[in-house]
Amino acid sequence: MSTDDAPEAAPADPFAQLDWGNQIFEPEKIAALMCGRAHAAFLGMHYHAHGGDWIELALPWREDLVGVAETGVFASGPIISLLDNATSMSVWCRFGGFRPQATLDLRVDYMRAAARGATLIGRGECYQIKRSVAFVRGVAHDGDPADPVAHVVGTFMLTGPSMTSGTAS
Amino acid sequence: MTLDEQIAALPPYALSMGMSVERIEDGAPVLALDFSERVLGRPGFVHGGAISGLLEMAAIAALRAELARRGNPARIKPVNVSIEFMRGAGHGRTFALGRVTRAGRRIANLSATVWQDNPAKPVASAWMNVLLAG
Repeated sequence: MSTDDAPEAAPADPFAQLDWGNQIFEPEKIAALMCGRAHAAFLGMHYHAHGGDWIELALPWREDLVGVAETGVFASGPIISLLDNATSMSVWCRFGGFRPQATLDLRVDYMRAAARGATLIGRGECYQIKRSVAFVRGVAHDGDPADPVAHVVGTFMLTGPSMTSGTAS
Repeated sequence: MTLDEQIAALPPYALSMGMSVERIEDGAPVLALDFSERVLGRPGFVHGGAISGLLEMAAIAALRAELARRGNPARIKPVNVSIEFMRGAGHGRTFALGRVTRAGRRIANLSATVWQDNPAKPVASAWMNVLLAG
């Protein structure tokens, strides 16, 4: 993890080297790539599990990510980052390939504070993709999916041409 | 609250992300986020989660200032937040200012906007509801 300020785009950034059109889509590998750089790497996010239209990322608790120093509860910022990334990647899972997209909106409900020291699991699910917009939802929990820490709904704008795995761009 | 008091109230997450208090504007603090690898999303742009975190910090900071003016020591517990992203935030510093729409006895309704060079061209905005716990 680099903590250096990098005002210029780092040439080694794996995201920048991603061949959107020709890359074979493997959620586990792409999640590792996306979590191994920049903001997600700083937070310590990593791949957990995936299915046909969902993916789970994990975010271990860390002292410098807490929102209230006295209680040690996770700040809400890292929870949003976790859910943003998980829901974003769930769109690729459902689509079965890459396509460039941008977060249009996210709404997060906080049900309770995460337990101090507990690893958060962020689950993102894409339940519909239309021509311009992908619709997502998800939860963050610290061990029991039935007792979530947070719930999210959101939309992503599809910003480029459709690209399925294995086809030329 | 003074500038120094607002700075002292920033939680560990805000500090580790590179957030600071730039100035006080109409009683509410303007927060600033430095561009760095740790807030980077897609190449060249600030991550949406980092922008969201900045929006929430600004909204909470504005409420903290308002509660201090009233001498209200209530704890602040977030209930929900909704964020709209209007344009990408590139290199350079990113700023955020929160507003208290209404602070009642148990609930406060807040909003916040984020911008870079021009406050009239917002990067993102949010509304947020929080519980005030005695």
